[in-house]
Amino acid sequence: MLWFSTWQALASTIITLVVAFPSTYVLARFRFPGKRMLLALVTIPFVLPTVVVGAAFLALLPDSLHRSIVAILIAHTYFNIAVVVRIVGRRWEQISPLLNDAASTLGASPSKIFRTLTLPTLSTAIRSASAVIFLLCFTSYGIIRVLGGPARATLEVEIYSRAVQLGDFAGAAALSLFQLVILGLAMWWWIRSTRGSNDSARIQMHAVVPQTLRQRVVVYGISATTAIVIAAPLATVFIRSISTSSGVNLDAWRLVFGNHVTGLGTRPPLAAFWTSLQYAIATAVIAGVIGLAAAAAIAYGDRGTRLVEGLVMLPLATSAVTLGLGLLITFDSGITDLRSRWIMIPIAHSLVALPVVVRTMLPVIRSVPQGVRDASATLGASWWQMWLTIDRSLIARAWVTSLAFAGAISLGEFGASSFLTRRTSATLPTEIARLLGRPGDLVQAQAYVLASLLIIFIGVSLLAVDGLRPDRVAV
Amino acid sequence: MLTVDDVSVDFGTNRIFDHLSLKLDAGELVSLVGPSGSGKTTLLRAIAGLQPLASGQIYVGERNVTDLPTYRRGIGMVFQDNQLFSHLSVFENVAYALRIKHMPKEIRQPLVADMLKLVGLASFDKRTTMQLSGGEAKRVAVARSLVAEPSVLLLDEPLTGLDGELHARLLLDLSVLLRKRGTTVVHVTHDLDEARELSDRIVDIRLLSQ
Repeated sequence: MLWFSTWQALASTIITLVVAFPSTYVLARFRFPGKRMLLALVTIPFVLPTVVVGAAFLALLPDSLHRSIVAILIAHTYFNIAVVVRIVGRRWEQISPLLNDAASTLGASPSKIFRTLTLPTLSTAIRSASAVIFLLCFTSYGIIRVLGGPARATLEVEIYSRAVQLGDFAGAAALSLFQLVILGLAMWWWIRSTRGSNDSARIQMHAVVPQTLRQRVVVYGISATTAIVIAAPLATVFIRSISTSSGVNLDAWRLVFGNHVTGLGTRPPLAAFWTSLQYAIATAVIAGVIGLAAAAAIAYGDRGTRLVEGLVMLPLATSAVTLGLGLLITFDSGITDLRSRWIMIPIAHSLVALPVVVRTMLPVIRSVPQGVRDASATLGASWWQMWLTIDRSLIARAWVTSLAFAGAISLGEFGASSFLTRRTSATLPTEIARLLGRPGDLVQAQAYVLASLLIIFIGVSLLAVDGLRPDRVAV
Repeated sequence: MLTVDDVSVDFGTNRIFDHLSLKLDAGELVSLVGPSGSGKTTLLRAIAGLQPLASGQIYVGERNVTDLPTYRRGIGMVFQDNQLFSHLSVFENVAYALRIKHMPKEIRQPLVADMLKLVGLASFDKRTTMQLSGGEAKRVAVARSLVAEPSVLLLDEPLTGLDGELHARLLLDLSVLLRKRGTTVVHVTHDLDEARELSDRIVDIRLLSQ
């Protein structure tokens, strides 16, 4: 189980880096029509619930590949392409083409420039992306549960099985602690390897319009291939939602929107959509407020507030399943018995979302020029007035972005929700997993209807968030 | 040594300069002057092969380099903002051109050490580029280009941004260094005093087009 968790995570990391490299290059180095759409499209799999990604490949791959390691690796690669595009691409787009020109005047050919200049400059970002992908694949839960089958369990799946199916909370807690140590080590390596990297919100972009025919073929060829590879599993989810044994029809959609109770459930599947939406709003509020306060404390505070930074990042080093288990065994008695309260799930989701909110806010708060604050102080503004008139207006968009991220994380969260939801409080991902586990074409098609709704909802949110990103300076 | 023959360059639909010609003898040091936007930097980039030509030919000696990629032209360039490689140390920056030519370490290292000594940075070899002042970074950029022994060296406003005393000192050092090595140099500046101090000949770019 530990060996399987480790090697599949390592293999997934290497494959993802290789597969994502061409699209990262094109998106980082070139400006072209449809680039923003492609970036949003590439990001969709990452913010999709893992259980939806698993379901998509269950629908797309031939039966012979179901419950196979190949399916797991493909799904992990698909899920994590965005990590490489965002982390490595962000660094790549900052490399000035003038540096390449300089190397070129020193006699370096394009391949030598790539080896001696581009790759070393990207190495920190590549290490950072590798660590993130490794962490995510090591703690993979939804994809393994849907695509792995009973023979393939990561530590994460084993923790869930012990706690929920066998009632062995002590064993589950021991495994969680063990996993925590491994994740802690990986996090330590990640933070160490990315120390000193530029995380400024305002960066110089050096993307150019493709000039030569060769560049145009490369850019549009890779873009089209990437779009097809990303869109195919998503499209399969839609197709599967309108395909049953009786042919192509909208029966499943009618059942979902007709609020019929199905698949041995206690309430209609669409109820999960509204429940998830409420949790997402509550999560955005909780994580948004706490995240803003934490980011401000870290940015404005002294060295002591570094402790706060470590503290709010802790959930990153903790798997969602462990968080769910922790909450379940912590809030289980007396006045702290929150297990049956609805707020429990937004609290869990907020813990998962908090590091993302802080990571989104922190560079933006730090990038507010001190000189502007000083100028406002010399004009008579108090600290509070300064914050309201200078900082607030400059960080407002980033805050709204982080709220959207928190909401999207809540919508897709599956690990902690598996522990904490009940039949009457099922979220979209847990309802999808439940329906996928039931026999019957029409029941499964309803799972794909819910997955389609999630894809649409998250896709639209992403496009909105991309429009809210801090300004970048194009060069 | 360097012949720019009837060269035109376009930026989109704009013609930056039209039918421009310039000739430099071996070891000659020419300063190009002209107002901002007159195409001085663009001409250097065109000579280096970083900017495509609309028409015309460029020769280094008898060799027509017009269709050669930058890295095969043997033309070095010092950029206005240096463009040092921040992932490499000062020593590694200067050694870059020799390393990519696979020059053995035992030959490369003394060459680089000598060059650093020549530009007055012998003790700076292990520093990162972030630890350099403006003048020091400029010296590294010059050393990095010179160590490759280019047939022609292009200097794009090499002393811009350096103030008073530092500007004067570096100008003197650069002048001595380039003459000692006999390098053929095209130097771009908007500072006439700097041009007079450094070069054998001053040319207004606006007078080069036919």
